[in-house]
Amino acid sequence: MLIYAIRRVLMAIPVMGVVALMVFGLLYITPGDPAMVIAGDQATPDQIARIRVSLGLDQPPYIRFGTWIWQVLRGDLGTSIFSNQTVAHMIDQRLEPTVSLLILSIVISISAGVPLGVAAAWKKGKAVDRALSIFTTAGFSIPVFVAGYALAFVFASNLHWLPVQGFTPIADGFWPFLRSLILPAVTLSLVYSAVIARVTRAAMLEVLSQDYIRTAQAKGVGPMLILFRHALKNAAVPVVTIIGIGIATLFGATVVTENVFAIPGLGRLTVDAILHRDYPIIQGVVLLSSATYVLINLIVDLLYTLVDPRISY
Amino acid sequence: MSAVGDFSVVAIVKDARKPSRFFRFMRRNPEIAWGGFLLALMALLSVAAPWLGTIDPRAISTASRLRPPSAEHWFGTDMLGRDLYSRVLYGGRISLTIGVLSAAFSALFGTAIGLMSAFGSVLDAVIMRIMDGIMSIPAVLLAIALMAVAGASVQNVILAVTIVESPRVARLIRGIVLSLKQQPYVDAAIAAGSSMPKIVIRHLLPGIVGPLIVQATFVWATAMMLEAALSFIGAGTPPSIPSWGNIMSDGKALWQVKPFLIFIPAGFLSVTLLAVNLLGDGLRDLLDPRLSKGI
Repeated sequence: MLIYAIRRVLMAIPVMGVVALMVFGLLYITPGDPAMVIAGDQATPDQIARIRVSLGLDQPPYIRFGTWIWQVLRGDLGTSIFSNQTVAHMIDQRLEPTVSLLILSIVISISAGVPLGVAAAWKKGKAVDRALSIFTTAGFSIPVFVAGYALAFVFASNLHWLPVQGFTPIADGFWPFLRSLILPAVTLSLVYSAVIARVTRAAMLEVLSQDYIRTAQAKGVGPMLILFRHALKNAAVPVVTIIGIGIATLFGATVVTENVFAIPGLGRLTVDAILHRDYPIIQGVVLLSSATYVLINLIVDLLYTLVDPRISY
Repeated sequence: MSAVGDFSVVAIVKDARKPSRFFRFMRRNPEIAWGGFLLALMALLSVAAPWLGTIDPRAISTASRLRPPSAEHWFGTDMLGRDLYSRVLYGGRISLTIGVLSAAFSALFGTAIGLMSAFGSVLDAVIMRIMDGIMSIPAVLLAIALMAVAGASVQNVILAVTIVESPRVARLIRGIVLSLKQQPYVDAAIAAGSSMPKIVIRHLLPGIVGPLIVQATFVWATAMMLEAALSFIGAGTPPSIPSWGNIMSDGKALWQVKPFLIFIPAGFLSVTLLAVNLLGDGLRDLLDPRLSKGI
């Protein structure tokens, strides 16, 4: 187990290396001067010169990459071109809304997706199963911002149950904080819970056809106990895997959803950075979310042995 | 005389069978039928846009801004007085084109990379680590980063989607080729002295085509969704060219007072995505029974 864990951690290093190289290299694969690319069409020569110095463009690429990696490893993500604040500081300021939104979305998605998938597998071909099939197809077909606007239109604009836009920090009270996050979190959960439900259903169908389930039924174990105690445990590996992999989609969807609900998180920061061509911020956000994704999937991989004792390394 | 009679009977039977076989296929595969029908409808609407009572989708008319849907403007007008009906129909051209071309390029590059990876051991390790790295960057964020550097244009959206999606195709193709390589008939072909290109074309590609078509339809849907998301946040198709994502982006400032500015293009996009997803699900059940149990 320990050897497997070490090997798995070592495998994550080249992946992160490629990510870093991509994030760093993107700016240089485009034709032309990166400083001019960042500065945009209306930049003065003076601005371009300033950006060139701040990027260290007078040095050869491998030295720039080395310096950049060294700085990133020490937590220095560079300085925003537009606001002149450090990227780490700007990300730090926007972390609370995004992290709260992500955690709430994950909680909603798992607590909706897993039982839904279990129910659909149990009543295969019946109304629940067909409803899930419609729900998942809709979940994959409706873009996240469309779902966001539809929910905001019904529950905020018309029914006035929840705020239309904005974010209340947790310091201003837990209830207003939660109210401001419900709609965006439900929006994000639509597609994520659809993915989880589909995988749960498929994994459960596989397990429910096995002999020990029939044995349990024969000796008179109730359906709830069979489903959640006997079957779900053995169906857990694919479910946990998709929860880990789905995080990437969730990160992307968050950028768009924060824009719909005017939540001042990392997504808004990214979108503002595009408008200002503030590349260091985009680099920082991409790097941070990729690292989080790799880390979460590393943890998921290591969790397999806890979830399923049959797997041993 | 009798020979002529027989011949005509056969011809009639053949003529009668042709449509019935088509309809039987469609009845047995309702997902393909519905997906294909809706997609054909959307494609027809955008291709035939000039003959469907549209006006110039970019024509600004300050006198008639933000009109609700009416006989004159079926879907109303936006904040610059542009006719939303015309914009949505012409916008479909851009969205569908980006979807199709991205899917085609991703399938092409993904297959090439996947084949290369499946046949070289050192190359395989290097290529797959690079693919893993690209896939570790959330798709939307990678596309945003690419667009931020490359600048807003239709070509760059296609390029960004292709870079994001090719690794996923490559991994799929690599997996299939690696398992096909274990098949006895491939060993037999190697033993019989078939050349490498012949083995790939005659014995491996037929096994790839089905899953590749299925994957390509899903890339198509993802590409249209990515285009819409990128354009919506202002990093996709340039504002001068109407696309479904762009039209929604224009409408987002006023969506609370004029919800139709968002919901009409959203409806078109969602129906098209539904059509492509249905088509993909149906094709998967038809072409690739192994995958139909999973997601």
